[in-house]
Amino acid sequence: MEDDAPVIYGLEFQARALTPQTAETDAIRFLVGTQSLKYDNQIHIIDFDDENNIINKNVLLHQVGEIWHISTSPADRGVLATCYNKPSDSKVLTCAAVWRMPKELEPGSHESPDDSSSTAHSLELLCHLDDTAHGSTACVTWEPTGDGKKVISLADNHILLWDLQESSGQAVLASSASLEGKGQLKFTSGRWSPHHAGTQVATASDTTVRGWDTRSMSQIYCIENAHGQLVRDLDFNPNKQYYLASCGDDCKVKFWDTRNVTEPVKTLEEHSHWSQEPPRDGVIATYEEHEDSVYAADWSSADPWLFASLSYDGRLVINRVPRALKYHILL
Amino acid sequence: MAAGAAGPGPGSGPGDSPEGPEAEAPERRRKAHGMLKLYYGLSEGETAGRPPGSDPLDPTDLNGAHFDPEVYLDKLRRECPLAQLMDSETDMVRQIRALDSDMQTLVYENYNKFISATDTIRKMKNDFRKMEDEMDRLATNMAVITDFSARISATLQDRHERITKLAGVHALLRKLQFLFELPSCLTKCVELGAYGQAVRYQGRARAVLQQYQHLPSFRAIQDDCQVITARLAQQLRQRFREGGSGAPEQAECVELLLALGEPAEELCAEFLEHARGRLEAELRSLEAELGPSPPAPDVLEFTDHGGSGFVGGLCQVASAYQELFAAQGPAGAEKLAAFARELGGRYFALVERRLAQEQGSGDNSLLVRALDRFHRRLRAPGALLAAAGLAEAATEIVERVARERLGHHLQGLRAAFLGCLTDVRQALAAPRLAGKEGPGLAELLANVASSILSHIKASLAAVHLFTAKEVSFSNKPYFRGEFCSQGVREGLIVGFIRSMCQTAQSFCDSPGEKGGATPPALLLLLSRLCLDYETATISYILTLTDEQFLVQDQSPVTPVSTLCAEARETARRLLTHYVKVQGLVISQMLRKSVETRDWLSTLEPRNVRAVMKRVVEDTTAIDVQVGLLYEEGVRKAQSSDSSKRTFSVYSSSRQQGRYAPSYTPSAPMDTNLLSNIQKLFSERIDVFSPVEFNKVSVLTGIIKISLKTLLECVRLRTFGRFGLQQVQVDCHFLQLYLWRFVADEELVHLLLDEVVASAALRCPDPVPMEPSVVEVICERG
Repeated sequence: MEDDAPVIYGLEFQARALTPQTAETDAIRFLVGTQSLKYDNQIHIIDFDDENNIINKNVLLHQVGEIWHISTSPADRGVLATCYNKPSDSKVLTCAAVWRMPKELEPGSHESPDDSSSTAHSLELLCHLDDTAHGSTACVTWEPTGDGKKVISLADNHILLWDLQESSGQAVLASSASLEGKGQLKFTSGRWSPHHAGTQVATASDTTVRGWDTRSMSQIYCIENAHGQLVRDLDFNPNKQYYLASCGDDCKVKFWDTRNVTEPVKTLEEHSHWSQEPPRDGVIATYEEHEDSVYAADWSSADPWLFASLSYDGRLVINRVPRALKYHILL
Repeated sequence: MAAGAAGPGPGSGPGDSPEGPEAEAPERRRKAHGMLKLYYGLSEGETAGRPPGSDPLDPTDLNGAHFDPEVYLDKLRRECPLAQLMDSETDMVRQIRALDSDMQTLVYENYNKFISATDTIRKMKNDFRKMEDEMDRLATNMAVITDFSARISATLQDRHERITKLAGVHALLRKLQFLFELPSCLTKCVELGAYGQAVRYQGRARAVLQQYQHLPSFRAIQDDCQVITARLAQQLRQRFREGGSGAPEQAECVELLLALGEPAEELCAEFLEHARGRLEAELRSLEAELGPSPPAPDVLEFTDHGGSGFVGGLCQVASAYQELFAAQGPAGAEKLAAFARELGGRYFALVERRLAQEQGSGDNSLLVRALDRFHRRLRAPGALLAAAGLAEAATEIVERVARERLGHHLQGLRAAFLGCLTDVRQALAAPRLAGKEGPGLAELLANVASSILSHIKASLAAVHLFTAKEVSFSNKPYFRGEFCSQGVREGLIVGFIRSMCQTAQSFCDSPGEKGGATPPALLLLLSRLCLDYETATISYILTLTDEQFLVQDQSPVTPVSTLCAEARETARRLLTHYVKVQGLVISQMLRKSVETRDWLSTLEPRNVRAVMKRVVEDTTAIDVQVGLLYEEGVRKAQSSDSSKRTFSVYSSSRQQGRYAPSYTPSAPMDTNLLSNIQKLFSERIDVFSPVEFNKVSVLTGIIKISLKTLLECVRLRTFGRFGLQQVQVDCHFLQLYLWRFVADEELVHLLLDEVVASAALRCPDPVPMEPSVVEVICERG
């Protein structure tokens, strides 16, 4: 069944949070967090059977609120972190928490997917990455190469480094830094670089991209006005040490060399409207299965030629890089 | 002979014409002639005088050859009444009488002539006899003269021989005297400085002395002469070496020395050496003019100077050399060519240095005139010394300068374009300070276009000087072909238009966010400029160029269509960029307004938010701005109630993927199913669809971007009940004012619809406002 046609999966809620299961390197598995103000939110664990082109899913209930961001531990397949809206009377506060999924849903414990499809399981709360003093959490990013004990969360204008202790049962604030400046500075997104032995984190706030050293929690570089308007997201190139991609409301994707941040290495302007998640190597092919805005796209951690994209209307599309192109790059 | 019937009878001949006597007379004479002819057997009369139809053999025809009187009379008697017979009788008698008198006259005339002819012949006989006598006398006289002449010759014969001999002796003696006097003569000549004469004498005597040198007296003379000659040669050389005198005298010296039999090779080397000295002096003076210290003369003066000084000198040297050393053959010519090549090369180097100083100057006419002089002056030595390749080298220099000028003009055009842009920027910035909206964009555009066009025309006129007929190098193949096609058309004009497009496009590429952003009005103006170029200006300019520079070159040139396509593409990119920039400006406004508000705890809406009014104002301003330069464009037919729509919260939303294969039936989400299905049939909105060259399309693009931003921002927020209602109000307000700008009002409706629907979804307590209330608020605000 070697077919390049994308596979589509539909969720019944709106969704914008998507992540591959980072610790999983065998199966193609994505986690999607839903957004609903009125109903219990869910985390869908989607397994893609590459050989049979079949999708298996499991649903976890995430009752504390709608999910804005989701990320998984690089070390423990059962552990994930979410940023969610906690509804209160007059304010919306976005909190972050680390969760463990039920044992039987962890990969390896093979049970028939049909049984579990209708019955939703609950997540086990490990700890809150909360410090209400710091405001709403926009994003949680894990140390990519570590043992899954270091987590950075971005809350309003603070960047917080957490140490997860007692098998993630407790989160201790290890260090923090904050942006100072006029106006309401807020982090929108952050990524932990897979290079430099996990000492670098890049963050986006307004039109600026900043790099941080996690050891001293100090800024190491700053790309002022990286984009004409708000920077939405960024990512590192896993293959090239210094390369960083960012995308913004000006519909551009820019590639930066963090050693020389005065000029972008390359600028793409192919996106129509806000780019949300940067692909790694420029526009390769255009995928047009979505009807609504696509807010997230991520590569699989198991198969480098496969990625999932998620649109607001709850449609997840699993795409493959066209085979011809794949061989062209490989050979 | 009987007269023809004159009456109107049937047998009437050609004679009786009804026209009267004056017509009758020649007619009759002809008849008489006809009869004579007939008598002499001439047949032509038979056919000529006869009316067609009458039979020549008719015996009753009075004028016919076969007339038979008996038959005729018989016929008359038989056919005619008496009266007619009487008439014809009288008539006939009259005719006979007339004929008789005619005959008499003729005979008399002829007789007279005959008599006078006889007289003449008699007289002639008499005259001839007299003449014969005189001829006889002449013959005898001639014989006597011949006899005398022979006798005189015989007597003079002897004396003549003696005189001839004496004359020969005299000549010999004269020669001998010349020989004997030669030494003193030569000495005198040398002393007087009449070297030419001395050399001539010596040359005349040399052969004789050579021949008779065995005679002692002659030998002495020869020795003397040789001594004097040696001295002469010495002096000549001396004079030659001193070189004070000009080239003609030197040439004379050389000529004399050659005549004295001096070795030619040595002389020619020496000659060239001297010439070199002189020419180098010329070069030095030219170089001094180049130098920075004295104010350099203008280039025309310089080339004039070089042309008359150096080139003239070189010409003299070359022609003298060729005259003097023609006997040297190809080796000598080669020597001269090498000489000319070397000095010519140095001269060219100087000229090029001078021309390089002209690089920056704008005056082409002076330069072209200077080049013309330069080139023209070198034609003479070029013809004299084809082997030295001077003319070719000169042409090359001219070509190089022409190329450089083209480059200079291209540079100038670019600078002019950039200058125009700066002016436009300033003009755009200035009125804003004065608080006046909408500077005369159309006027600015016209200014820019006309200014560029006039610059182009000026440049064309300037480079056209190079191809003027009276310029000596204009008929060179380069200037007839490559210069026109590759140089002017491709290099200058096409090059400029391309660079203009590139410059314009660079405004799209430059990161607009980093300070000194391009004013959007400039983008718009450039876009219109490029579009105008595409539609008319390019073809106009190229036609103009092709007309002025009749291109005879066959090398491929950029077709007008390619250039137009490039201009159009530039215009399109600029306009797209304009849409993007303006869209992002409004987007930014909307985004800030959504992001900074606390939508959960907002109060019940009473007004349209100010930012929405601002959006409408800005959009109107953009509409005005675009309208100054672009045509209206087409929009879909409008429904009259377009401003009357009020947004209902549940009009549309999409929560379910319609291809959902693993749809969960437990999800209680079918409220929106209907509108979802409805959505299925409406087109997906392509936010960044290509922009067309009209106002409506531009505005549609900007509004699409803005509303899409609003939608995305709304989706990132959570709304309270009143927050949702405020969005409702805002959207209705936008709908009220924005629909008129776009091509398809449905589009605005759809997008705003989706904004409200998304806000409703992002609201835990979605209680929409009554449409009528929304309308009231909007109308009030």
